[in-house]
Amino acid sequence: MTENKLVPNLPLPSGSIQKQTTTMNLGPTHPATHGVFQNVLELDGETIVDAEQTVGYIHRAFEKLAERRPLYQVTPITDRLNYCSSPINNMGWHMTCEKLLGIQTPKRVDYLRIIIMELARISDHLICNSIVGVDTGAFTGFLYVMQYRELIYEIYEEVCGSRLTTNIGRIGGFERNFNDIAFQKLEKFLAEYPGVLREFENLFNRNRIFMERTQGGGAISAERALSYGFTGPNLRAAGVDYDVRVAQPYCSYEDLSFDIPVGTTGDNYDRFMVRNGEMWQSLRIIEQAYKKVKEFKGAEAEVFHADVPEYYLPEKMDVYTKMEALIWHFKIIMGEIDIPKGEVYHAVEGGNGELGFYLISDGGRTPYRLHFRRPCFIYYQAYNELVKGSMLSDAIVTLSSLNLIAGEMDA
Amino acid sequence: MVLTSENIMALVDEKFGRGLLTWNENSDILTLTVPPEMNLKVLQFLFENDQLGFRFLTDLTAVHYPDNAGSEIAVVYHLHNLVANVRLRMKIFLPIEKPEAFSATRIFSGANWMERETYDFFGVIFIGHPNLKRILNVDEMDYFPMRKEYPLEDQTRIDKDDAMFGRGGSFN
Repeated sequence: MTENKLVPNLPLPSGSIQKQTTTMNLGPTHPATHGVFQNVLELDGETIVDAEQTVGYIHRAFEKLAERRPLYQVTPITDRLNYCSSPINNMGWHMTCEKLLGIQTPKRVDYLRIIIMELARISDHLICNSIVGVDTGAFTGFLYVMQYRELIYEIYEEVCGSRLTTNIGRIGGFERNFNDIAFQKLEKFLAEYPGVLREFENLFNRNRIFMERTQGGGAISAERALSYGFTGPNLRAAGVDYDVRVAQPYCSYEDLSFDIPVGTTGDNYDRFMVRNGEMWQSLRIIEQAYKKVKEFKGAEAEVFHADVPEYYLPEKMDVYTKMEALIWHFKIIMGEIDIPKGEVYHAVEGGNGELGFYLISDGGRTPYRLHFRRPCFIYYQAYNELVKGSMLSDAIVTLSSLNLIAGEMDA
Repeated sequence: MVLTSENIMALVDEKFGRGLLTWNENSDILTLTVPPEMNLKVLQFLFENDQLGFRFLTDLTAVHYPDNAGSEIAVVYHLHNLVANVRLRMKIFLPIEKPEAFSATRIFSGANWMERETYDFFGVIFIGHPNLKRILNVDEMDYFPMRKEYPLEDQTRIDKDDAMFGRGGSFN
């Protein structure tokens, strides 16, 4: 047998860079990043030695834009933060305004809002989890659940007329009452979706390949997650049961009972499982809220907004026939209403975690300063710590299981 | 011990001396204003004290008040004690000629990008930050766009011809 000796590398030509690792750009437009952001990875073979994230490719200066707009014109801006669950952003913004203006919304409005927000949470988690499936090589689940995201979007359509960037609701309530078709579609969703979700879980939860691919990858301890400012499903997967809906209830969430699923290891598998668990809880919440909506009788069953003529547009028919309605309509549309002075921070549980609105008003007609606390932006900085030492293909799964939404990251 | 506003104020005042810090209880969240050179000391105390335990940095941003001569830039920290479920807002005011504050990255890893964002938009220099460079805007930008001296374009200006944007106008 001939002796096998390792052949050393050929000497590099003089002047070439003497390094043993490869630099690779993941993104900004790579299909596996699911959004416009870039990672510069330093690879040793297939193992990641170091990573640096670059964000800002779709920065649209929302905070600056908001300084020139009356409150109701800021709503379409919030759509474009986390566009997988834009109704939560819209409602979070409306509730911030209501907090500043001291508006009390009727209970029926709160429950209708909860229904829409939880539908949005389901559609958000649905996309995230099925994309985790796609990135681990299981395309089927993605196709199974997509029909039901479509159904959720159809419910939005019945309520507000649009699907992705919804601009749903107004300050004080909804632009119109829910019609019968919306409720029928909601009932259809409540009846059929549990079966679909169970089927989806059967595909993944105990799937050997899926478990091997996701368990242990992208893990973070509870302590590090808190230090990095994680919130939402990603923090709960690490074992911290912080949920804004429970910690600081808004919109009558305190009337409903639901559990907060938590994980233990904070890895990709736990994040997946926590999101699945949350979808079940969201279904529970929708059922309870829908039951409460149906319990309203008489005039109360028709209420869909608070009585705030300064901020809520009057009925269009009234604008043509009534003087007062015409005046309010004009004042609102022209942005001629002065906002009271004040400073509020309001947080809602968005699809990715604590979505905060820090609003300062100096008594003018537009916000003096509006800052969005965007959960994605804050937890994405942990990405290099999460992927250091893992394989390139695991880094892709980590990326998708964090549910990074470029729109929210760059504001 | 229940963490009430009185308790927080008493504990912090006891440590740093009465009168040095200003409190505002009328806001939606208890607000504390700190001299700028003390921001890190106070954050550290709020973090480490067992009774206070503000160990979660929710948000960090800045506000520009051009009329406040000598303290134009306010840096605002939102802190959260997750165990007792209490929020606290902390502010420092910096002069616009020398907007320098100590970085909180040693205490909160998450402060890294939040401080970079604040630097990017308001030009606040965080001393001790490991990598203070622009994050959302282009690196070549030579101004801080969220300051009030850069207004948005006036929407009523008439020197722009709508025809160039495919909306009628006077262009033939």
